[in-house]
Amino acid sequence: MNENRRITIAKRIVQELESGQTVNLGVGIPTLIPDYLDDKQLVLQSENGLLGMGPTPPPGQVNMDLISASKDPITMETGASLFDSSASFAMIRGGHIDVAVLGALQVDRTGEIANWAVPGATILGVGGAMDLVAGANKIIVATLHSSKHGEPKLVEELTYPTSGIRKADLVVTEHAVFRFEEGSMYLVEQLSDLPLDELQEITGAPFQVGLREPDKQEEAAE
Amino acid sequence: MQKLLDAYEFVKFIKNGDTVLVGGFGMSGTPLTLIDGLAASSLTGLTVVSNNLGEPGKGLGILLEGKKLKKAVGSYFTTNRDAVKAWADGELEIELVPQGTLAEAVRCGGAGIGGFYTKTAAGTKLADGKEEREIDGERYLFEKAIKADVSLIKAHKADRLGNLVYDHTGRNFNPVMATAGKVVIAEVDEIVGTGELAPAHIVTPHVYVDYVVLSRYVKKAGVFVERE
Repeated sequence: MNENRRITIAKRIVQELESGQTVNLGVGIPTLIPDYLDDKQLVLQSENGLLGMGPTPPPGQVNMDLISASKDPITMETGASLFDSSASFAMIRGGHIDVAVLGALQVDRTGEIANWAVPGATILGVGGAMDLVAGANKIIVATLHSSKHGEPKLVEELTYPTSGIRKADLVVTEHAVFRFEEGSMYLVEQLSDLPLDELQEITGAPFQVGLREPDKQEEAAE
Repeated sequence: MQKLLDAYEFVKFIKNGDTVLVGGFGMSGTPLTLIDGLAASSLTGLTVVSNNLGEPGKGLGILLEGKKLKKAVGSYFTTNRDAVKAWADGELEIELVPQGTLAEAVRCGGAGIGGFYTKTAAGTKLADGKEEREIDGERYLFEKAIKADVSLIKAHKADRLGNLVYDHTGRNFNPVMATAGKVVIAEVDEIVGTGELAPAHIVTPHVYVDYVVLSRYVKKAGVFVERE
């Protein structure tokens, strides 16, 4: 059930990605994306120093020194390159990554993201989250609509610590796609059969309805 | 080979309270033999700068168990619950730095640069107490370079001069850390003759490397095991 919702999100984000783009996938739902690319060919960047990340190797061909940012064994695509951490983050901060797909704890009505720390809890990990928020050319957030405690993740104002002043471009949940423009949030597509009034009820931030015509979806995705 | 040391001999270059850069991302590219050496030593009060603190009882995690550390500087400690506990109990200071800022700070430290301005973390909790400056209409934070008394790094192969090549993503922080320590010790899987590494493939030139130690570990079926 939960897995299906996560897959819905991953599949919808694939529609936003174009062959040849350089993409960094965060932990969580974004890691499902490579399974739903069909014939799209992305160049995946891994923050620990690889451009051209390939799928999980078969057992027996694991190299502990060829791993993803989630520290899982991976392979390399033809044309891959390896570099050190400072070069990797120069690539990220310097605007050389087309799209970052990130998980989030909260996103506010302007698209500001909180994805590294929970208030009151021990804050001992940030990893590359803030570098990606600051530097990727386009930021797509992949998140379930509500937290496991049923709290909305799209909120009027962040109550969790911000990951940076840079805003997300798009948020995809199992129910809807929202776009952020000039400080406002727009509903651009519904992904479930939840009626609009119920969607508004479970969304903690006000949004304007800008639903697309079904036959215009391809154009509008550009 | 002049630079070759026995496994734990390098400990003599480190004093109580020193700052030590340690390469690695998770367990990959981590100098496990050198960490064992620190764990077996009588050193205390060390500040370790490393992306993670290993896992409970693994990698840098063993230094935590052995109460060798005063402070840890890095980007992600959540994978080691012992680090979280030590911090909560007041036994370990932690300085959290975004991963790209950590890598760049070490790069600057080794390159004669005093610090740099970055957009990363501007407007966040991690900006507290840091100088902010607007450049071309955008907010940037000043981050000071990081240097250390000693760098402990892991490479795949060294030649007899100390030129280094790395194994895939085991490279991570190691090349920049090789430049930023007063004394640099490289743990390697293999030592080859000078001239056997193609000059165009060498990632860390020998000028940065003071000593080389042969790793006591080999990779086997997805784990690191002691060399037979």
